[in-house]
Amino acid sequence: MNSFDVMFYLIAALTLLAAAVMVFSKNIIYNAMGLLVAFFGVAGIYVMLGADFLAATQLLIYVGGILVLLLFGVMLSQRFTGAEMRTGTLQVLPATLVCAGIAAILLRMIWQTPWPKAEIAAPKPTTHEIGMQFMTTYLIPFEIVSVLLLAALVGAAFLGRRDAR
Amino acid sequence: MQELIQSLQNGQTFLAGLPPAILTLIFMALGAVLFATVMALNALVAVYAERKISAWMQDRLGPMEVGPQGILQTLADAVKLLLKEDIVPAAADQKLHWFAPFLVFAAPCAAFAALPYTREFVFANFDIGVFYVASITSLSVIAILIAGWASNNKWALLGGMRAAAQIVSYEIPAGLAMLVVVMQVGSLNFNAISAAQDGGIHHWFVWRYFPFNFIAFGIFYIATLAECNRTPFDLPEAESELVGGFHTEYSGFKWSIFMLAEYAEMLVVALVGAALFLGGWSSPIPNFMNTGAWGVFWFAGKAAFLIFTHMWLRWTLPRLRVDQLMHLSWKVLTPFGFACLLGVGLWMLI
Amino acid sequence: MQVGLTHFLVLGAILFCLGLLAVITKRNAVTVLMGVELIINAANINFIAFTRYMDNDLDGQMFGVFVIVIAAAGAAVALAIVLNIYQRMRSVNLDEADSLLG
Repeated sequence: MNSFDVMFYLIAALTLLAAAVMVFSKNIIYNAMGLLVAFFGVAGIYVMLGADFLAATQLLIYVGGILVLLLFGVMLSQRFTGAEMRTGTLQVLPATLVCAGIAAILLRMIWQTPWPKAEIAAPKPTTHEIGMQFMTTYLIPFEIVSVLLLAALVGAAFLGRRDAR
Repeated sequence: MQELIQSLQNGQTFLAGLPPAILTLIFMALGAVLFATVMALNALVAVYAERKISAWMQDRLGPMEVGPQGILQTLADAVKLLLKEDIVPAAADQKLHWFAPFLVFAAPCAAFAALPYTREFVFANFDIGVFYVASITSLSVIAILIAGWASNNKWALLGGMRAAAQIVSYEIPAGLAMLVVVMQVGSLNFNAISAAQDGGIHHWFVWRYFPFNFIAFGIFYIATLAECNRTPFDLPEAESELVGGFHTEYSGFKWSIFMLAEYAEMLVVALVGAALFLGGWSSPIPNFMNTGAWGVFWFAGKAAFLIFTHMWLRWTLPRLRVDQLMHLSWKVLTPFGFACLLGVGLWMLI
Repeated sequence: MQVGLTHFLVLGAILFCLGLLAVITKRNAVTVLMGVELIINAANINFIAFTRYMDNDLDGQMFGVFVIVIAAAGAAVALAIVLNIYQRMRSVNLDEADSLLG
């Protein structure tokens, strides 16, 4: 049980706990806070997997962007402040059974499959390599994603304009 | 830090017997305690400096009663705040009210780890140092939003949302300005950026590729001023507008944490600006007091100068309205940032 | 036992199912979006884990960057739609959003 294992179990426990808070809490802001800690946990998992650039990207975009967006969405879609923060849940029992079934299938598949082993190199900084790949192998997806982001920007700005009927 | 651990293990102290994982953990804990202490000391000094500097600029004397020339004033204030009753509104969310100060304290505290203090020793020599600092400081947005919401007070909520919108809008010009420097060094590592400016004041990035780097420094300075909610961008905390903004309902120790975090954030952005544009730990005179612990002295000195200009600006410029603020970020700073990026890129190619 | 590929995949699978639970059972549109983000993160963990333990190059991480970017674009547009629904119906209860012609 070396330090890598201990760190993994700690981070995984934190992420799962936060995701559980996110799913099972009835207060929307508690859901958002659970999601915040879950994002941090996932960033930690990326660091354990040697993806340092991706971990920082996850923090910057998910915590600094998407979560702020979600919080604004929550705060702007309440009819009155303070009250009415409860969200209901529908048909909890069938949904839990379905999700538990899917989880069981996935877990069994993961344990049973003989995953091929590869040589695990020591983690090295990935920024330079990711940049090079963006400009050579993945150039076309890069450009397409830029256009997609432009479309999303224009679309969101248009949908959020003041004089929507 | 690995070298420090190795040298401790080779020595004959009792620490050599512990496994390296425990040693790393101990050093990490010590580092965290050191950062928290530095944050508290910084708040102590910065609050006193702010009150004295603003007093002298307004032709008065400032704190003079407590201690010689009022040096112990901040300490007295801290003791008062610690002993003050912690009032939480009954209809507010207790857990969130308690959670927001933790978050807002954690964001600058975590950013201290990646900064280049000396040539040889960095706490965490990330190869994504600049990126890490940019992403960790975006955590304070969430903290301010939650603080505004948890107070169950419409002024606090408005203040929190305005502050969040302001910080998020100004992250973009700040990131573009950081990119200008990163492009010239070719690395996100803070130590590499400081090393590229070694050798005297004429090597600092703020003078190179004139005028693009200079404009980029200006953009970075203004954008980070807005990220700390300092005047002229302190609409979220303005008393004439929103009572106290997002920290209206916070009293006593929790309010002091917000103030601590604001001054710590100011220190972090001043340190980052000094590292990126003003040479980091290198001294202005080549090869004069340039090694070892002198790096901390020069680094802190440059950051102190930037913080002094923050306080100077507070009493020089009037406050910006919220639409002027947004106009400045999106329609002025961001296009100029892109122009600087393009300019430096083309210049480097030619 | 030694932490290997299966541990990361198990974590991804459990996160996926928790996100799916949130998407299926929650009534508030924004909470459903939070569940979708959790699902996307779980899939991303899978990508990065596979590329580290099986391929040892960076393809999975490139895919991960694209996934994060596209998730951000999707979340932005989805929230704009949710706010539009709120302006029309004064509530973000998904059960009440059941008419095609407004």
